[in-house]
Amino acid sequence: MEEKIMYTFPNKLRNLAFISMILGFLGLAYGFLAAPSTIEESKSMLISDHHGGHSESNSGHPEEILGHNTSNHDSVEKTEHSSENSHGNSQDHHQGESHDLEHDEHVFHQLSNKPWAAFYVAAFFFFMISLGTLAFYAIQRAAQAGWSPVLYRVMEGITAYLLPGGIIVIILLVLSSMHLNHLFIWMDPEVVAHDKLIAGKTGFLNTPFFLARAIFFLSGWTLYRYFSRKFSIAQDHASDISNHKKNFRISAAFLVFYIVTESIMSWDWIMSIDPHWFSTLFGWYVFASMFVSGITTIALITIYLKSKGYLEFVNDSHIHDLGKFMFGISVFWTYLWFSQFMLIWYSNIPEEVTYFITRIEDYNLPFFGMLVMNFIFPLLILMNSDYKRINYFIVMAGIVILLGHYMDVYNMIMPSAVGDQWYIGVPEIGGFLFFFGLFIYVVFKELTKVPLLAKGDPYMGESKRFHY
Amino acid sequence: MSSNKLIHALYDDDDTLLSAVKMIRSQKHEIDEVYTPFPVHGLDKALGLQDTRIAIMAFIYGCIGFAISIAMMNFIMIEDWPQNIGGKPSFSYLENMPAFVPIMFELTVFFAAHLMVITFYMRSKLWPFKNAENPNPLTTDDKFLVEMGIHNNEKQLEKLLKKSGAIDISIIEKTE
Repeated sequence: MEEKIMYTFPNKLRNLAFISMILGFLGLAYGFLAAPSTIEESKSMLISDHHGGHSESNSGHPEEILGHNTSNHDSVEKTEHSSENSHGNSQDHHQGESHDLEHDEHVFHQLSNKPWAAFYVAAFFFFMISLGTLAFYAIQRAAQAGWSPVLYRVMEGITAYLLPGGIIVIILLVLSSMHLNHLFIWMDPEVVAHDKLIAGKTGFLNTPFFLARAIFFLSGWTLYRYFSRKFSIAQDHASDISNHKKNFRISAAFLVFYIVTESIMSWDWIMSIDPHWFSTLFGWYVFASMFVSGITTIALITIYLKSKGYLEFVNDSHIHDLGKFMFGISVFWTYLWFSQFMLIWYSNIPEEVTYFITRIEDYNLPFFGMLVMNFIFPLLILMNSDYKRINYFIVMAGIVILLGHYMDVYNMIMPSAVGDQWYIGVPEIGGFLFFFGLFIYVVFKELTKVPLLAKGDPYMGESKRFHY
Repeated sequence: MSSNKLIHALYDDDDTLLSAVKMIRSQKHEIDEVYTPFPVHGLDKALGLQDTRIAIMAFIYGCIGFAISIAMMNFIMIEDWPQNIGGKPSFSYLENMPAFVPIMFELTVFFAAHLMVITFYMRSKLWPFKNAENPNPLTTDDKFLVEMGIHNNEKQLEKLLKKSGAIDISIIEKTE
């Protein structure tokens, strides 16, 4: 039997990755060039784009109450606003004229944030796929799973993107801290000075600590990934299972580290974009999103490799199990989404509910659309046991799930970054394409490096025979 | 017509049982019934049993529960005694829907689970105080039993079952 154990990166796919990166780069570049550089430009853009139809969708906002109660501002003329939170704070008793000025400036910041946010959403989304895969991989290792060792090399390929993807995200965080954009308004000392709520959080939310945390988290994840990969390759030709045991131990330790750091990462990198708002299950929510995206990507890449004649030791029971995970974690994601939504909706506390009011009023279609893509569609498509063994169904559900979770990240970041100035245009698609290409390139490049079968794994026999 | 003589083969291991069933069936003999102390993974496929349709019923039962919960909550909370839910007195089912989701979920699960169990009992002809059907009480402990009808092939079957790893073989006359 001719076994295709070593993977070769086909030129077609490599070209696709490069073309995608180039197109994406051009799209992003266009986004940055088209963003207004002055308030006047932003005003004229609004008039031509929206026919002046953009009005006070943010006023009458519950956040206003908060601003009055908590910040003892004596009509301070603030200059640096980028989120509607600070917008609400400053809506005090200004004359209409100065309010208009301020509003223009606010919109200007939102528009200049837009290409940055488009970049950030895509960068985080693809980074999150590899981090979710790493968690799934560590769970398989720590649980000594018998079904999944045939997929280890695919997972290791996907987690190769962790370091480059993570570095790009951290570079963006550094650029934000250098005030090149206004994604994180709490980084602006001017905003903090006039905002009691943010001021109370500076012990945690300050730029040096924030960046140190980011670097610490990424180093921890990367170290685990590095050693686990090393032991995994060493196990291929080992005479005993000491590498396997070491992998088991570091995987268990990693999972503890991961669930704490992932949680804090989600507060830092996403929740702090809206620094007044907080949700105690946000870490879990982001985890569910990255977990299901990671599992879906494992399934899609496995099916792709199989269709090219590789991974002949993967049978439809493995695909079935990945399908079950896609189904189950999609439901889990919905459970967390709803748990977060319902409590906040029910209690209707202004500080909290503003988060969802913005999303329902300004982001109605992406907000509820993602619920259809991430829950209703996979629920109905993947419920039937037989469908989970049909590649066509897994691929179809997988693409919708991945796009749905891109929308999820979009919904988490955009409303606080650009307010109602959103649309999915050239920079957003460009950002997606750029990171898609980079992801494909890094992942498939990694797959060529070692045999696709981790043949030394003590559970490999069980995994090859695995049958549902 | 089935004969009035049965052969019972006893096995003490589920893997032996599984390979025995495969072997017996590959020789074109018909197995009437298998009694096991616990569900044996893959036995249904080895016996060539039809796929269960209970999953389809579970979906339908779930839909019934879902519909009933909506009708029930709509009547209780919106129509019969309109409630101010979460400080948002809209008196519309759709606008108050998030508050009803846990109930909709629970009743969906409740209906699917209970009706599925009842369906299973009815299809298996099980009810309270029914006499046990298993011919050998050992099958409630740690032994597995294969039951086959004898059609003038007693010797042949005995040989086959011995070969398949049975620890005990007995011939039973039907009393009824």
